[in-house]
Amino acid sequence: MKAARQRAKLKAENARPDLSRLLRGLVSSGGVSLVDLTQTLSPDFPPIVLPPEMGQCRPFRMEEVSRYDARGPAWYWNNLSFGEHSGTHFDAPIHWISGRDLPDNALDALPVEHFIAPACVIDCSAEAKADADFLLTVRHLAAWEKRYGRIPAGAWVLMRTDWSKRTDPVAYQNLDDTGQHTPGPDPDCVRFLVKERDVLGFGTETIGTDAGQAAHFAPPYPCHYYMHGAGRYGLQCLCNLDRLPAIGALLIAAPLKILEGSGSPLRVLALVPQSGLKRAHPLSRSRRR
Amino acid sequence: MIEGEGMATERIKQPKRKNPILRTRLPTLPPAARSRVALGLTAAAARGRFELQVCRDCGALQYPPREVCRTCLSHRLLWRVQDGRGELITETVLRAAQELFFRERLPWRVGIVRLDAGVNVVAFVHESVAVAPCRVRIEAALDRAGKAVLIAVPENGRSPLSDDRQLREMTCDPRGRKVLVTDGKSALGQAVVRALAAASADLIWIGEAEPWKKIAGFAALHNVPQAKALPLDVTDGRSVRELAGEIGGKVDIIINTADYHRTFGISNRRGIETAQLEMDVNYFGLLRLAQEFAPALKARAADGPANAIAWVNVLSIYALENFPPHGTYSASKAAALSLSQALRAELRPAGVRVINLFPGPIDDEWDQLVLPPKLSPAAVAAAAIEALQGSVEDVYPGDVAQDWLARYLESPKTLERELAGDAP
Repeated sequence: MKAARQRAKLKAENARPDLSRLLRGLVSSGGVSLVDLTQTLSPDFPPIVLPPEMGQCRPFRMEEVSRYDARGPAWYWNNLSFGEHSGTHFDAPIHWISGRDLPDNALDALPVEHFIAPACVIDCSAEAKADADFLLTVRHLAAWEKRYGRIPAGAWVLMRTDWSKRTDPVAYQNLDDTGQHTPGPDPDCVRFLVKERDVLGFGTETIGTDAGQAAHFAPPYPCHYYMHGAGRYGLQCLCNLDRLPAIGALLIAAPLKILEGSGSPLRVLALVPQSGLKRAHPLSRSRRR
Repeated sequence: MIEGEGMATERIKQPKRKNPILRTRLPTLPPAARSRVALGLTAAAARGRFELQVCRDCGALQYPPREVCRTCLSHRLLWRVQDGRGELITETVLRAAQELFFRERLPWRVGIVRLDAGVNVVAFVHESVAVAPCRVRIEAALDRAGKAVLIAVPENGRSPLSDDRQLREMTCDPRGRKVLVTDGKSALGQAVVRALAAASADLIWIGEAEPWKKIAGFAALHNVPQAKALPLDVTDGRSVRELAGEIGGKVDIIINTADYHRTFGISNRRGIETAQLEMDVNYFGLLRLAQEFAPALKARAADGPANAIAWVNVLSIYALENFPPHGTYSASKAAALSLSQALRAELRPAGVRVINLFPGPIDDEWDQLVLPPKLSPAAVAAAAIEALQGSVEDVYPGDVAQDWLARYLESPKTLERELAGDAP
């Protein structure tokens, strides 16, 4: 009797779907591709620039603890220091004053279901190439929806600008004596995405979900203000968005679980159905080694 | 006769390139042991002063330094600045020596000088001094071991030590040298680069952090022909290591201008994030630079006429005593001062000099609300060059620094209370 029960239990376990086998099968069969949307965390990666008298986001730094030497004979490791908003990173609603009183607004309290979500990719690469201060508007969204359908509720909206291909940090920051010049959404566009489309969040390839000149918008930094005010998220310093289809990709973007954390660097992966995958040009490489 | 003409002096020439098949010489030092009381001579020389002891009871001048007065046996001997005027009464040329340092550099011109103040001293004699007997002036200098020596120069006019073939070694003249300025983007860094160029440095490497922040004055340094910008961020250990790998084996002089200055005390700024950054640049930055560059400097301390010779730190007069309105910055500079003393101790066996500059408030954006007098960046840069061309360790440029130093030496506690606003 006991042996029979054991066999039945085993059979039931084997009958349970095996997700890892499923995913491996999808990937190895070529049905699904994995795309890494993450920049390498490195001391050279530029942080956000603020007036020098303000508090500063610490750039990524690493201090060696030991490297198979007298400090630790068989192991290598480092101590890291960096601001929460370093490299490819996630913004939680508590990051902005508009989201400060929302429930569960910090990294340690966010619902994990949000960490896997579909992505809509708006290709603004031509516009951003022509104009570093390019602003994404509702008109652009309408044109995109006409072609690919309505942006679904709970989706990430990613603004592809190919800005991540600017591998020179000076060109990536693109500062002059009037501040930063990088593309982003205009205020109406963000309001529309939050109120009319109920998106999960907004993602960019630049430092910040807002445009470089967004301090002068009304309200200042509208993407931060409206998205976080409505409990939505931000993703910034993404790369490889040119390898994603306009629709159909699934994003895995789980920030670190930091007590009262306002944001964190993270690894962002996209699952892309093969038919929707854009092959990388053989000569193109991600921003950093 | 035109001044300088016919003298045996010569300006420093650009040294020939190193012959790579020859073993790099090891540094030797002149004898360094001094009694505690004799170090008083060194303490004064480190600030560019020639001091001797004077008896408080009978007024007798003492030489050499001693514990009790040579005439009345009083132990109350006070170090007092001397004008050094006197007569070279006799001289000789040393053509043989047992000490390796002197042996490697023969011959040496030495003499006995009768000071007008009444004592006879033994001194090196500058090439530009006429044959004894003649009028001279005694200067104190620091030798390669960092100890005070006395030098006889002509009584009037300027006779730079670097114009003398032997005495040149007591200076760190940047002429013909390869120099690293660790941060060339600040107003001070830019001024140091220009001053080095004017002082005929051979090559000036300029550290550039955060290249995306464009500074007009820094961009303009491209017109300095011997200057070259290289990536260097002293808060990033990897960046410091990479630059040391690239130029560590060539640099003769390091001028650490990297500085992070914010103007907060303890209670008018929440948190420690700004204070951490001050420590990261001002203290840990120096530590990172020292760990990566000092070994190469030591190895090249005797590398022919183009050897590694000096390390300059731009500290602040706030390093001596805390200036509460800039409280955390003062603390970071005090930490840097302490570390610079360790660096000096570690570099001394190689004969590489560590020079600390303690400027008062500089006329820049972080001392905006400090009342004049304030130092221009160019004045601080000039003080750095002058220190290298001379033979000193500690420099207090400007009226404010001189005033604070005098008050500090008199009574550190009183100065602390004055800086805290206890005095009107």
